[in-house]
Amino acid sequence: MNDLILPLHRLVDMGMTMAEELGTPEIILAAVFYVFAGISVLGALGVVLGRNIVHSALCLTASFIGIGCLYIFLSADFLGAVQFLVYGGAVAILIVMAIMLTRREDMAHSNPSRSILHQLAALVIAGLFLLTMAAVALMSPFQAAPTDFGDTVTGIADLMLTKYVLPFEIVAVLLLIAMIGAIILAKGVDES
Amino acid sequence: MMSFVEMMHLALHVGLPHFLLLSAVLFAIGLFGLFTKKGIIAVLMCIELMLNAVNINFIAFNHYMPVTDLSGQLMALFSIAVAAAEVAIGLALAFRIYHDHHTVNVDDLNHLKG
Amino acid sequence: MFSDFMLTHAWLIPLLPALAFLWIGFFTRLHKKRSAAIAITMSSLSFLLACGVTWAVLSGPITMETPFVQKTLWFEIGSVRIFMGSLVDPLTAMMLMVVTMVSLLVQIYSVGYMAHDPGAGRFFAFLSLFAASMLGLVIAVNFAQLYVFWELVGLCSYLLIGFYYDKVSAREAAKKAFITTRIGDFGLLLGILLLQITFGTLDFQELKVLVPAYIWISGTSFMTIVGLLLFIGPIGKSGQFPLHVWLPDAMEGPTPVSALIHAATMVVAGVYLVGRAYFIFSALPVVMNVIAWLGGFTAFFAATIALTQRPIKRILAYSTISQLGYMMLALGVGSLTASMFHLMTHAFFKALLFLCAGAVIEAMQDEADIFKMGGLRKKMPVTFAAMTIGVLAISGLPPFAGFFSKDEILGAAAAVSTPLYLLGTLTAFLTAFYMARLLFVTFFGEASPGCPATETNAFMRWPLIVLAVLSSVSGLWGHFAGFGEWVYFGAAEATGIDWVIAGTSTVLSLVAIGLAYEIYVAKRWSAYEISQRFGVLYTLSFNKYYIDEFYTLLRRTFCDGLGRILYWIDLHVIDGIVNGLARLVGVLSTIFTFLQNGQVQRYVAVFYGGVIVLVAYSLFYAYKVLTLLGGAF
Repeated sequence: MNDLILPLHRLVDMGMTMAEELGTPEIILAAVFYVFAGISVLGALGVVLGRNIVHSALCLTASFIGIGCLYIFLSADFLGAVQFLVYGGAVAILIVMAIMLTRREDMAHSNPSRSILHQLAALVIAGLFLLTMAAVALMSPFQAAPTDFGDTVTGIADLMLTKYVLPFEIVAVLLLIAMIGAIILAKGVDES
Repeated sequence: MMSFVEMMHLALHVGLPHFLLLSAVLFAIGLFGLFTKKGIIAVLMCIELMLNAVNINFIAFNHYMPVTDLSGQLMALFSIAVAAAEVAIGLALAFRIYHDHHTVNVDDLNHLKG
Repeated sequence: MFSDFMLTHAWLIPLLPALAFLWIGFFTRLHKKRSAAIAITMSSLSFLLACGVTWAVLSGPITMETPFVQKTLWFEIGSVRIFMGSLVDPLTAMMLMVVTMVSLLVQIYSVGYMAHDPGAGRFFAFLSLFAASMLGLVIAVNFAQLYVFWELVGLCSYLLIGFYYDKVSAREAAKKAFITTRIGDFGLLLGILLLQITFGTLDFQELKVLVPAYIWISGTSFMTIVGLLLFIGPIGKSGQFPLHVWLPDAMEGPTPVSALIHAATMVVAGVYLVGRAYFIFSALPVVMNVIAWLGGFTAFFAATIALTQRPIKRILAYSTISQLGYMMLALGVGSLTASMFHLMTHAFFKALLFLCAGAVIEAMQDEADIFKMGGLRKKMPVTFAAMTIGVLAISGLPPFAGFFSKDEILGAAAAVSTPLYLLGTLTAFLTAFYMARLLFVTFFGEASPGCPATETNAFMRWPLIVLAVLSSVSGLWGHFAGFGEWVYFGAAEATGIDWVIAGTSTVLSLVAIGLAYEIYVAKRWSAYEISQRFGVLYTLSFNKYYIDEFYTLLRRTFCDGLGRILYWIDLHVIDGIVNGLARLVGVLSTIFTFLQNGQVQRYVAVFYGGVIVLVAYSLFYAYKVLTLLGGAF
């Protein structure tokens, strides 16, 4: 009995010292972060490794949701809402609709990958990229000084209608153009 | 090189590097998928993944760096808007290609072959 | 006054025939009579001028040591200055007389010989050009001018040998002559270049002083090489062994050409060169040895071949080679006088012999084999008489010309080297034999029925007579008028006849003639049986010792072989490189199409590769900068 309890005691002691050191809120924050981050990453992996494209689309949605939660974790509540609405609501649905419209016979294997050689090369490139970015991330001396901005909606609105009003208008036009373009592309041009 | 305590400290004290690393991982996964997938829709999905990774970067920087206003979040907002427009067009194109060529295989769209 | 005028206008002598060439070439090429008239007029004028120059030399203070020199600057490149002009001394005067006289007589003869040939205008043009070139060579003041005219003379020889250009054998013979003498010319050019580099001048008068001084200081080793190189030119041009092979084939040309160029004048250009540059050669014992032995060997060698040949002109061609060997032998043993004396007499009697042969061939309607002739004695008496005089002259019987000149040569040889003297005497014996054979077989015996020969026309007859007279008297005149007092090197040579040597050679010649008579006229011993007795020797002699075949073998092996190798290199290596470059471009393009296969993902991959490289590099660079600044991370 003592052989089982003793390591358990040790573990709990360690946890207690750490909690004392860090303070309880930190550990909860970390856990939250890891959960949401895990959802995003697992969703992303599902997109890439899935064989059924519908499964990939659903995993993508999960990834979007995870990311949205992370936005809220970062006090960007408005953006989190936008993420849920636009990505989770519109983009994901759009993708599923496109999948439906371009249906293949064999849906179970409708998300093929290239040969192992290609995958290996892609792994190398992506891996190198990851390494580079990790090096940047871990080696840069950031002075963390998080500011609390309070109400992000007003903050964003203030910015959008004063300093960035031009991009705002242009994006509006862009959306209009995209809509018209999409309609024309999907409908096709008459020969007449 | 670091003690266990130090590593724990680093892992549990969530800061900017964590988010940057997460963003890099998502981006890399998207990149991997971009190279590897054969269907147009799958490629577009991976592109969306990459765009989302970038958005995380913006917002994380806006949260953790000493900035005066919410420019980072606004940038992410615009990015979302543009990405939405782009995905609409992209999927319309994919639909059109499927309609004309009856294939969604990227390899068959090599008319630019030099 | 008259002498001065003559000497200062000596340059006219080559100029007049050159003008004849240009005039005939441009204007009167198609008119036989007009071309002949112009050529003969100019030749006569040259001859008269040459007489004037000779008179000036004989009456004036000009000697071998104090020639008359007149030159102008031709061109100047950097520090090299090349002159052209005229150098007149007794040797020049003698050569001018010989060349202009024989040239004039041959041109008169050609009027009759080429009467039926449509290309006669061209012929006179070339003959005039040749006369101009030879005369220019003879009055040359330096090696450069001599080389220029040397080449011109070679060109004229080519043009005239290949005169009947529709005959393949004539074309081939012309090519052979040109290429063989070219080999000689190359050696000569190398020698001239070495002289220019070493001494900075090619002028004969200047070199006469510089060369002995150089040899006195530095010894003979370098100059021996120069001398040997210079001598290679005469080996080619004067038909010494081993470059003699072009002379017999050169008989493809018309007979006047053979008489003028390949007997009297062009082939002696080599001998003249050695004589002119004698101050170089006489100071180099090795070279003198080479010249003497080569000359002696050539004389003997050619004589042995002439014993068995059948075409009349070919016998005379080998005879020419043999006599040229004699002249070289004389130069080699140190006697410029003997050599030049023989040159003069040989010019007369060889030209005579060739012109007679031409008359015979034309009379026999182009039949050249002497064994198909016979009994022409009665049909062509004048030709027969002239030919006999020629034969007697070349055999060295007194009082004809050859006697005096050959005696001088043999005397000079005996004074220096007994083996050479014996070789010369033996050759004299053979010479008398084969020339007598020629005479007897052609003119004696019975004419075959239906033989078309008649005496030749006047144009062809009178030159024969003149030359016959010259062959008779020139020896006597040269001997008694003191040839050796005018043309000499070193010290003037006294004229005297060594009766032992002269007597021996005369007796041997008579024996030879008698032998020929017995074999070919009296038929006491059959020529055929003799040829069978000496089977191997006969075959070797009849086939010219297979030298032509040997040269063909050399050419096939080396020249053609080299050609084949180079062709292979051209085909595989050079074309291979060019084609390889093209294929390389193809390969490279195949590699680069890898980047552009129309698939976007490929493009993205390449793009990201670049991005990673750039970012990594920037990182690395920033890392370095930061470490330098003190590790701010």
